[in-house]
Amino acid sequence: MNLEEYAAKHHVLVPAGVPTPEGRVCKTPEEASAAVTAIGPSVIKAQVPTGKRGKSGGIKIAKTADEAASAARDILSMSIGGRELYAAVLIDVASRAPLVLFSTEGGMDIEEVAEKHPDAIRKHVVDIHKGFGTADAAAMLKGLPLGSAAGAVGEVLAKLYAIFQDKDAELVEINPLAVLKDGRVVALDCKFVLDDSSAMRQPDLAKVAAPAKMTALEERGAENGLKFIQLDGNVGVLANGAGLTMTTMDVIDHFGGKPANFLEIGGEAYTKAEVALDLVLSNPGVKSLVINFCGAFARTDVMADGVVKAWETLKPKVPVFFSIHGTGEDEAVKLVRERLGIEPYDFMEDAVKAAVEAAQ
Amino acid sequence: MIYRRGQKVLVQGMTGKQGAFWSERMREMGTDVAAGVNPKRAGETFLDVPIYGSAVEATKQTPCDVSVIFIPPSMAKDAIIDAIDAGIETIVTLTEHIPAHDVLEIFARQRVSKSRIIGPNTAGIVTPGEGFVGIMPGHNPNIFKPGRVGVISRSGSLGTLMCLNLTRADLGQSAFIGIGGDPIIGTTTRDALMELDRDAKTDAIVLVGEIGGAMEEEAAEYARTMKKPIVSFIAGRSSPPDKKMGHAGAIVTGGRGGYASKRAALEKAGIQVADTPAEVVAILKQTKVAKMSAAG
Repeated sequence: MNLEEYAAKHHVLVPAGVPTPEGRVCKTPEEASAAVTAIGPSVIKAQVPTGKRGKSGGIKIAKTADEAASAARDILSMSIGGRELYAAVLIDVASRAPLVLFSTEGGMDIEEVAEKHPDAIRKHVVDIHKGFGTADAAAMLKGLPLGSAAGAVGEVLAKLYAIFQDKDAELVEINPLAVLKDGRVVALDCKFVLDDSSAMRQPDLAKVAAPAKMTALEERGAENGLKFIQLDGNVGVLANGAGLTMTTMDVIDHFGGKPANFLEIGGEAYTKAEVALDLVLSNPGVKSLVINFCGAFARTDVMADGVVKAWETLKPKVPVFFSIHGTGEDEAVKLVRERLGIEPYDFMEDAVKAAVEAAQ
Repeated sequence: MIYRRGQKVLVQGMTGKQGAFWSERMREMGTDVAAGVNPKRAGETFLDVPIYGSAVEATKQTPCDVSVIFIPPSMAKDAIIDAIDAGIETIVTLTEHIPAHDVLEIFARQRVSKSRIIGPNTAGIVTPGEGFVGIMPGHNPNIFKPGRVGVISRSGSLGTLMCLNLTRADLGQSAFIGIGGDPIIGTTTRDALMELDRDAKTDAIVLVGEIGGAMEEEAAEYARTMKKPIVSFIAGRSSPPDKKMGHAGAIVTGGRGGYASKRAALEKAGIQVADTPAEVVAILKQTKVAKMSAAG
């Protein structure tokens, strides 16, 4: 049983002595206008027991009496009440196909629903050659207590699948999907995840996508087509391939050190060792560096050449420990030995151990 | 999914820089590179083999068992569906970053065919002494040598390191199966494990996994039924959550796909999980010794 915000504050927090801002419950735009005249600039909030009011337009700021009346008018006409449902279409890894998900328990995390009310969830794996229309939706929703809203909900599901297909979605989710008191079905929130590999053919969506939270160095990496993740350790990592890079970090951790970054120059990026090294060394936390190459597609001689050139330009003070094997190994080892005067370790574990000790 | 000497390989995208380079490396190791595809150069001869306009055209003249895809992401879907339509048994898909909805189309088509897809985003398959298909250093005898250990890996670079370590410890390999770093792939860890379990030339298995998805957990379910010893290494133990670690499939979200769950599932199935790559070899040696002394 949930209490609305106002009730919770006045009946639970205030008696317990927890400070709360001044507030009043208003039932009409005129009451809201009068309240703001009395209190001053305020936040007008819909009083409904849902955690997503802000996203659904249920929270507005009012500086003047007029703004308050207008905000209250908008909010009161929303009637967020009614029922909250869940609807989504996503890529299902297990079936290698789209999956339509629906639940009568909206407003909460779908994982939580799956745990507490597994019967409330309906799933439909889509054969993309057949698609997913209102008839499929009706079959999927059959037997659920949706009453007269069933048709409208089915239409939303079919539209959601069309969006998923047209817009290269990894996930499109409406939570909550509300059935209003007057029977209308309204999406009060929406989550949309665009497939990273489809950004090129969905330029409009890619443009409005929320920018990933990146540090300045991570941004510099991205600009150069490098996947760089800044971490809080002091042992810098430069390796080729995602698997080998993660493993280098794990071995640093295993020997009691902390990795300063993830940075892989596998695939086509193996020619970018020079800019990659600059990136790793620009991280102020770095006290030592492990360079771990095990070349297959990526040629270690090309990578080593980039590293040696960058080293001669940057002249860094931090000690560096190499392990080099695979395609181009002999030339790469020779380069590092002759130009930098450094002998690579035969096993990556030994290079990492030395780097962890040097960082301490 | 294990390459055998004599199997004919079609290279889609053979005339490109990487296609040409790796076709020559494959041939150095004895792989039977039989034909190539490039719609713009159909009818030409390249590296002494015929080039066709499509896989369907190629297989009419030169039947092939395996196709390898050296095609950029935006055109990969059409190339793979062409290979499926040509009836090719095994399609090794090297391409990374194929749009997800193209991947769904590929698998919708593959599901109603007899083709197997390895990848996308795999580095390929290697059978020391027989041949290799892909972009692995299969031709490098310091890294691969014939033997009886089967290796499965999502990652090409880490798989290469594992095989190098095995070779240095004088443990040769029966097969390397690179399954790919994408979340949706045609041959899963479990599929590869079943293949090596059936393979008479494999005595022990090294299973190299990484964070993300649930493939290691699924493979562990099957591993419980196996008699062959398995040693595992899972990359990503120290990776932060909610970040894609280079591979699209290597991400821990909402507490799923994490290291602990994978390690627990494997250990529950009686598999030893190593903390470092070198430890894999150390454990494997003990396992072999233990097996021999038990037999004696």
